[in-house]
Amino acid sequence: MSQKQPQDSNQTQLDDENVSQVLTFKQEATTFLNGVRQGRMGSFPAVIGFLVLVVLFSFLSPVFFTQLNFANLLQQSAPLIILAMGLVFILLIAEIDLSAGVTSGLASAIFVVVLKNLGIPWWLSIILSLLAGVTIGLVIGIMVAKVGIPSFVVTLAAFLAFQGLQLMVIGQGGLYRVETPAILALENDNLSVGFGWALAVLLVGFVSINGLVSRRRRTKNGHANRAISTLYFRVATTALVVFTSVYFLNLPRGSNPEFQIQGVPVAALVVLVVLIPCSYLLNRTPFGIHVYAVGGNPEAARRAGINVSSLRIIIFMIGSGLASISGLMAASRVGTVDAAAGRTIVLSGVAAAVVGGVSLFGGRGKLTDAVVGGLVIAVIDNGLGLLSLPAGLNLAVTGGVLLMAATADALSRKHGNLNSR
Amino acid sequence: MSTPSMRDVPVIELKSVAKSFGAVKVLSGVNFVAMAGQVTALVGDNGAGKSTLIKGMAGVQSYDSGTILFEGNEVHIKSPVDASNLGIEVVYQDLALCDNLDVVQNMFLGREVVRAISIDDETMEQKATKTLAGLSVRNISSVRQKVSSLSGGQRQTVAIARSVLWENKLVILDEPTAALGVSQTKQVLKMVRNLADSGLAVILISHNMQEVLAVADRIQILRLGQMVANLKASETNLNSIVSHITGAENLSISGEAGL
Repeated sequence: MSQKQPQDSNQTQLDDENVSQVLTFKQEATTFLNGVRQGRMGSFPAVIGFLVLVVLFSFLSPVFFTQLNFANLLQQSAPLIILAMGLVFILLIAEIDLSAGVTSGLASAIFVVVLKNLGIPWWLSIILSLLAGVTIGLVIGIMVAKVGIPSFVVTLAAFLAFQGLQLMVIGQGGLYRVETPAILALENDNLSVGFGWALAVLLVGFVSINGLVSRRRRTKNGHANRAISTLYFRVATTALVVFTSVYFLNLPRGSNPEFQIQGVPVAALVVLVVLIPCSYLLNRTPFGIHVYAVGGNPEAARRAGINVSSLRIIIFMIGSGLASISGLMAASRVGTVDAAAGRTIVLSGVAAAVVGGVSLFGGRGKLTDAVVGGLVIAVIDNGLGLLSLPAGLNLAVTGGVLLMAATADALSRKHGNLNSR
Repeated sequence: MSTPSMRDVPVIELKSVAKSFGAVKVLSGVNFVAMAGQVTALVGDNGAGKSTLIKGMAGVQSYDSGTILFEGNEVHIKSPVDASNLGIEVVYQDLALCDNLDVVQNMFLGREVVRAISIDDETMEQKATKTLAGLSVRNISSVRQKVSSLSGGQRQTVAIARSVLWENKLVILDEPTAALGVSQTKQVLKMVRNLADSGLAVILISHNMQEVLAVADRIQILRLGQMVANLKASETNLNSIVSHITGAENLSISGEAGL
């Protein structure tokens, strides 16, 4: 597609802008299909899976496809998605954090206990709980990167130890109510109708302008561009998804006509606020490239002069930091914090990342994969819950989906290796 | 050193370097010279000490004794960072590329061009394209290709091109063609030649004598930790090289006489 020789690049530009757009789109499609054949599918299967599940549950349950449940689904998935985004960082460098869930629980416990007992402002307790999370990541990172213990073992130990610590912080049988309005707002409030629309316009506008500006710069520098139709396609899909969702969420959805609920849940905004800077970090900074390099070939990264062990430590700090935010979101949703908060979420988080298309072997995956994967896991939970099937089935299905995703990942890796030799 | 023209001062000169592992003398009093604009082939049988000699220049493993002159000045190369600060780049046999990154990202890995706080993809892509074109590389169709989709020869091309990008003075290639097919070998050798013609000193380690004769200017031969010959490629032949390597009767063939 793109040409190397300077004399060819003019021609490519010409082709790109008018004559052979159909052809180039065809080429893009071929490239994509080749990728699919070799197992490099990204979050594509997860998107399809999500749509299939939505259609399926809409037929099976009258409650599923309603504004109320849609908003509920977004709120339900937010803590999971944020935890999974932290795990994406860790999976990208081919490590694992089994203690992420417990870290999220511990952070929420520290928040409520510190707030209640020290009499400090709520924002200071938030900062303290996030700091605690990041410190946990620092300790885990040092154990893995400097001491050289496999992350599986370090974080398994942390998984147990932090449960104990959380119990000690909360106290035997303790239960703290979350009363901070700012924290409660995260999972319970909605943006105003106008704010929702403004956000939608901003988002779609950003995607289009970003795409156009980068094309123009590439053309100016004489680089080959991808087919313009891929940009149109991306903008159109984003616009369709964003505008439909916002429209749907802006409809009144309460059962009480006196007190109407409407608007985009704040939780969705929180996910965006975490997603955008983190994606920027991964995609547009040297640090991001180094993360992928360490995941792909740590020895090559080391020889290229990258400080691999400090990068590993920073990654664990990011992972635990995001886990703490996830813990505050979960506390906001449940409304209380007890000694068991966060104990079971970690495997759903790993499942979300892997189902979304992040490789367990490192070096492959994006943060948006965590969003798509998190929605899939949440929709399974939500849909099966509405059908009032036994809870055991829910866990079994989630486990099965994770295994399927991991199988696809392992097979694509095998295939990729054969191909590259 | 006075100021002779750069062409006359070797880029790197080793004077009687030695290295032992316990009782085993791997290098004993080896002299070695590599000039700018030349391909200097380093040949020898397995165990002759080629790798050990290279590792000393790369900063991976320092020599026990002897001096290193870099552009006429005595230097101490204690770590790979020292080596790369001097402008020495090693392209290892296992190429040390990241499969999951593209050609540009691999070439700039660890030395990304940054504008404000984000990476400057356009500039990097432009420089990478220019570098590849400068080496008349024609086997890579897109610099935005992932390395996992490249063939062995293309990977070697990327690894070598990366070493040119950084204004290096000395590039050491460890068996660049060992795993390649016929046409790929030809491509890579052409690139090695271009590398030297662009003014760099190139050290080529190889077991393939035909290819050494084809591409090298000088051939230096190690045997059992000693430098046994320093030949001009245009004045020697296969038999002569082989007899130096094996230590077989080199009286009859006598140095550089040819057939």
